[in-house]
Parts: sequence; C-alpha cells; structure tokens
Amino acid sequence: MRGNGPWKMAAGVAAIALLAGGCSGGSSDDDETLPNTISIGIVEPDSLVPSNTTEANGSSVLASIFYPLIRFDDNSNPYTVAAESITHDKANKVWTIKLRSGFTFSNGEPVTADNYINAWNYGAYGPNAQLASYFFSRIDGYAQMQSIDPDGSGPDKASEPKAKKLTGLAKLNDLTFRVTLSAGFSGWESVMGNDSFYPLPKAAFKSDGVLADGFGDAPIGNGPFKMKGKWEHDSKIVVEKVADFKGTIPKVDGITWKIYQDLGAQYADLIAGNLDVETKIPIESLASASGDLGARLQKSKSSAFSFVGFPLYDKDYQNRDVRRAISMAINREEMTDQIFLGSETPATSFVSPVVAGYRANTCGDNCVYNPTEAKDLYTKANGPKDLKISYNADGGHKAWVDAMCNQIKASLGVNCTGSPEPKLADLLKKVREHKSVGMIRLAWAMDYPLMENYLAPLYTTDGSSNYYGYTNTAFDSLVAEGSAAATTQAAQKKWQDAEDILATDMPVLPLRFGQNVYGFSEKVTNVSMDLFQKVDIYKIEVAS
Amino acid sequence: MLRYIVRRLLQMVLTFFGATFIVYALMFAVQDDPIQALVGERPITASQRTALTERFHLNDNFFAQYWYYMKGLLTGDFGTSMTNRKVADMLADAWPVTLRLSLLAIVIAAAVAILAGVVSGIRRGSIFDNATLVITLIVLAMPIVVLAPLAQLIFGIKLGWFPVTAGKDASLWQLLLPAIVLASLVVATELRVTRASVAENLRADYVRTARAKGLTRARVIGVHVLRNSLIPVITLIGVDLGALMSGAIVTEKVFNIPGVGFNLFRGIRTEDGPLVVGFVSVLVIVFLVVNLLVDLLYAALDPRIRYE
Repeated sequence: MRGNGPWKMAAGVAAIALLAGGCSGGSSDDDETLPNTISIGIVEPDSLVPSNTTEANGSSVLASIFYPLIRFDDNSNPYTVAAESITHDKANKVWTIKLRSGFTFSNGEPVTADNYINAWNYGAYGPNAQLASYFFSRIDGYAQMQSIDPDGSGPDKASEPKAKKLTGLAKLNDLTFRVTLSAGFSGWESVMGNDSFYPLPKAAFKSDGVLADGFGDAPIGNGPFKMKGKWEHDSKIVVEKVADFKGTIPKVDGITWKIYQDLGAQYADLIAGNLDVETKIPIESLASASGDLGARLQKSKSSAFSFVGFPLYDKDYQNRDVRRAISMAINREEMTDQIFLGSETPATSFVSPVVAGYRANTCGDNCVYNPTEAKDLYTKANGPKDLKISYNADGGHKAWVDAMCNQIKASLGVNCTGSPEPKLADLLKKVREHKSVGMIRLAWAMDYPLMENYLAPLYTTDGSSNYYGYTNTAFDSLVAEGSAAATTQAAQKKWQDAEDILATDMPVLPLRFGQNVYGFSEKVTNVSMDLFQKVDIYKIEVAS
Repeated sequence: MLRYIVRRLLQMVLTFFGATFIVYALMFAVQDDPIQALVGERPITASQRTALTERFHLNDNFFAQYWYYMKGLLTGDFGTSMTNRKVADMLADAWPVTLRLSLLAIVIAAAVAILAGVVSGIRRGSIFDNATLVITLIVLAMPIVVLAPLAQLIFGIKLGWFPVTAGKDASLWQLLLPAIVLASLVVATELRVTRASVAENLRADYVRTARAKGLTRARVIGVHVLRNSLIPVITLIGVDLGALMSGAIVTEKVFNIPGVGFNLFRGIRTEDGPLVVGFVSVLVIVFLVVNLLVDLLYAALDPRIRYE
C-alpha cells in the first residue's frame, strides 16, 4: 500500500460511484415515445382502493381504470353510465339499479350486481377502516357494521361489529340490485357518483370480505383503461387502453400518471415539455405562467370553498354583530386579486356556484366590504380588542391570513394576529378541546354535487366538520326536510331556506371559491377539468 | 487491525440501538394525531379512528410500541408505514437513487476541491487563489433553496443543457445537475481545508528534504505533500457523505427525486413513526460504516497510525 495506495483507493471509490450511478439509467424515457399517449402530473395517491380514496390524485387515476354508475352533466345533474337505469320508490328510500349488460372487468370477468354489493360491503365494514366509508352511511345496516371501542382510546380492544354485510343491499338478478336507505334521500343518485361506489372484481378478494394482497398496487377495474404493470410508488402509474371497451371510448391510447413530490418540479417539467398536463399550477408560478404557457393556461370551476369559522364556544365571538362586523371589515376581492392573482374568486354565498340551487350573494350585506359600518357595528357590539386567526402552517395560508388581519386592523382599529399551528390536526385538536384559538381557517370540497353537501356536514348540530359548534334546530330540521323531500326541486327549496338562516347567524365567514388553474403542453388539446379536480380523460386528445 | 475492527463493530451495535431508541422516543413525543394527519383535512369517523388506532398499536404505551417495533426490526421486518406500504419496500425504492446521487456529488466535490485546493495551496495569493476564494464564498453564501431552483431554471429550462427533473429511475446524466448543486454545498469547505493543509505541508521539513534530494516537483507535491494533506480532507468527505444522504431534502424536492430526504420529510410531516425510524436506522448504519472506513483510510494514508 505504499506510494500509490491512496490513488488506487481514490480511483476505486470513483469507479464504484460511477458504476452505481450508471447501473440503472437509460430506460426511463421509453414510455414517452409511444404515439397517442399522454402524461398527466399527480402527487403520490394515498390509495388506489376505491373505498379508501378520498383525494383528487388517486381519484383521477381511478377514473381511468373504472367506469362509474353515473356521471354529471354540465349542470351537475346525474346521468347513467354503467347503469342502464336507476329508479326509486316514492319515499326515495328503495333504489333499484339495473346495470348495462356486456361489460367486463379488464381481467375478463363479467360485471354483475355481486361485484357492486361485495365492494360496498367491504367499504362499509368498520374494521377495514376505509376512508370513504362514510359514503355508505345512508344505507340500511351501516351502523351495525361499525365497531365501538368501549374505553375510547384506552387499551381495551374494540368489539367486533354485529354485522359484516349491509342489510340494505339485495341482489335481484345478475344485473339488478336494490339499495334500501335508512331514510329517504332524493339526492342518492348523485351520491353514487363517488369513487367508493365502483365495483370490485372477484379477483380483488382473497376470501369473502378480505381484499387480496397487492390489489391496491394493481387494481382491476371495469373502465376504459387498465393498469400496465404495477403502481410504481413515487414514480408513475401507467394505464393502457382496454380492447373492445363497451362504454365511451377515450381518444388517447394510454396515460402515464407521473408522480411528483412538488408542484414546482411539476411545473418545470411542464414548461420544458416533459409533461403534458399539470392540474394545479403552483401559486408562486402563476405570475410567470401566462407568459410561459399563453393560451395553454386555463381556468375552470371547482368545488373548493374556503372560509373562516368563528369559535362559537368562545364568549368573544358569541355576539352575532361581532361576526357580521368582522365579515364586513374585510375586502375579499383585494385578497383574491393581490394574493391569489385571480386564481380564486371571492365568495359571498355559503354554497358553491357549481351546485344546482346556488344563488349569488346569499350572504347579503354581511359579505360586502364596508369598513365604516363594520366599525360602527363592532363598537356598538363591544367586540374584543384582540382578534386572532389560527391556521395550519403547512398549507401556504400565511400570506392571506396576514393580509386579512391587516384589513381587519385597518377597518376596525383593533389588533389582529395570525397564529400558525404546525398542522391542521393540531389546530382541530385545540378546537375540540375548546381552547382559545380565535378564528379558524377552514376549507371544504364537495363529495357529491348537491347543496346538501355544503350544509349538513358543516353546520348541522352533529355535522362531521362542524368544528366551531354551530347549533340551530330550525336549520337542522330544514336540512333534514330537504333530504327527505320527494323531488330534488322541493329539496333545493328547503336547503335554500336553510342557507338563509346561515346568512343571518353568520357561524362562518365565506371567503373564496376555488378554481382549477391548469396548464398543458403543445402536444395535447381539448383539455378540460371537472368539479372534482380531475382531467376529463374522455375528451383529451393528442394534437395532430 | 482485526481486533480494532471487531471492537468498533461492537461499539456500532450499541450506538445503533441507542440512536434508534432516541429517534423512536422523539417520534413518539411529536406524534399528536397521526390518524388525522393521514386523512388530511377530511373529518374522520369514530369507527375509522378505532380501527386505525388498533392497527398501528397507537393506544399502547411507549415501551410496548417500541417493543413491537424492535421485535420486528430484529427479524428483518421494518414494519408498515401509515400509508400501508412496507417500510422495507420504501427503503429499497429510495436508497439506490439517493446513494447514486450522493456518491456522484461527493466525487464531483472531491475532484474539484482537491484539484483547486492543491493549486491554490501552491500558488497562494495568485489570481487563481483569490478567484476560487470569491467563487466558493458566493456559493457557500447561497442557500440551497435558492441555488437548486435557480440551477434548474437556468441550466435546465432556459439553456436546456441538462434534464429538468430526474425521477426515480434517473440516469447518470439526469442526476448530474442535482449532484453538482449538492456538491456545491460541501465543495467550499473541502477546498479551503485542502488549501490550508497543502500550504502548511509545503513548509514542512520533509518537503525540503525531498526537494534537496533532487526529486521532481511533481513527485514532491503529488506524493509527499498530497498524501499528508489528504488526511483532514478525507475526514471531511466522510462526514459530508452522511450529510448529503440525509440532507438532500430540498434538492430531491426540486428535481423530483423520491429518495431518502424526501421520504424523511414526508414521514415527519405525516407523523409516520415507522417510516421515519426505519429510514433513520439505515442512515445511522451508513454513518457508522462510513466513519469506520474513514478511520481505516487514515492508516493507509499515514503509516505512523496503527490500530490495535
């Protein structure tokens, strides 16, 4: 080892490094060269099991592999797709679903009523802990499938649920099945448009009610595309066309769902031409995006609704006039223009414009920027001298929260601070414990396009996302009456009455409605996005 | 020599268990509500909460949870991440690309630092020396959050010299730009140390002797000076290698490389205990092995050092 020892060693290290660096390269670009295929950027999905998918990334991929019972037209009204007909009794309680014949899964299995019943039972069974499980909660027998832990989060094991199947599901013949709800609901057909209502083939199950290992990495669906290989985690998901598909046939032959950790990296690939569609242009790139993309930067409606909740358990916010004054003290337009650069629009209603039954400005004068009246009202109501807005620091909310606080300071002449919590979970925990957090930053995206979805979960007394503790029995009964109404029109009327109560009570302060702000490469045309932040895979095509 | 290595390996076992215990305890302490973190902003029903709590043993006390984890680890099972993926699979996916990236960065950094360091050491006060000083100071002063996107914008998008992003199965060519960015993090210190060390050794007695013997300049510098000057640099490179593997979070994010840094970041953000502890455990092993190798390299470089 004398003399040349270190050099040999250095050369050896370098050789190892180069070898390691080179060993698996070279094969990464080959899927781009196939004609008539496109790539769409996503973030790593949480899951590809339909009943466990609640976010837009997994949902987009599933939309290419599965074929839904219904889809929504431009007015958000449902029309049948995989179902031939969906009928119901007068009370909207018993729904009969007849499937179109001739459809198969991509592994060749015919699609039957059993595939739906098995999939829904799996999704609803409590111990499977499926994140979209609550969609089945309207079906008769759901409550018996949930386990109850006797001592909360203590050491005792939760008891096994009483039932493993939904009593409300019954097979009539191979292509027909019946769904019985625990209470009539006129909007049930729209609910079934969710991902969790996709069917699962027999191959998905290891045994009755147990999902086969690895199904989530290579799901088999009844849709126009099928998985090519497995889900390559953190890298990509490739789907290719199913031969002789019976439904609507997409115009492209394959889609590569490219997985990005960061929207900024995705944007860089989009403008460099390595990616065809980015469904969400990052806010820091918006300023340069119109120059980079020109007409290939587009906006469309989405269901997102951002609002600020008032902690109604806190004395400071219990006076309605205090809440109204704060709402009048802020300039929504200025925030959407200056901070969101027009990528979101000001909200002056409690229900998003994308659902049927929406009326503009239901919030009325309470959501109109009027600093003088706001200050009068606030002083008369003897509002608190210190206001606080709590938000989660990991979601990029600091800029607009600080701006909103500055507007409040300027209009009301009181102190206002933005108070970051590391994560939303930390913030919600404090809210549950009724700690003094001040106003709370919150947001909502719809599960199904009905007004009810913007009302019941957020403001009814036992609503799943009613964190601020709003209670109004008149509101609760109007929402319930709407759900039980015989027709969707009658339902809408009740729901609109319920929305009017919100405008008087102001339990929250509507801020912004979201939009899809997306961009695409020169390679593709006819790119459109739906209300659920998904690219329409049936319309998109390769530019010729 | 052998006894030394055995003793070091035994120490490593102790260090490994100590380190994983501390990391596990820290993750346990920051875990607030991992189930809510898992579902993001959506509400979660009591029944889902119950099922997930039991699946991940979240209602057991700290020592019971640590026992479950260690039992798995000793049988080669890294456990399951909160996203239901096997941590072992995630490790196998993430390590190769990070390893290639950091080795490439180290090779680039070491080559530049030693070459430029030796030249500046020999020609102290020259234009080259001053120029490298200024350039390295600028690079050192630029935070990686600026440097990485800037390099991507200029060399990737505007000039088109390099691929814009790398991805999981990145080729050497795709990794080159991120590796250069990473190398710039460590090159300045390595260069300064090489320069100082060379400058000092040039004045040493043995160099004067070698010159007096009539050896060529190339041999004096290439063998006598360099060999002694490399000892502190090798130590630095060893430490840097560990730092690059764990600290590439920003670079991996900008160039879309799903490596170790990215997984650690994701695990911490989603309070994913098994994921973080699994990755840190492997990082600890890498640190320990690299340090052992560095210590053994000393002996090769300096005959006066003997390990017993």
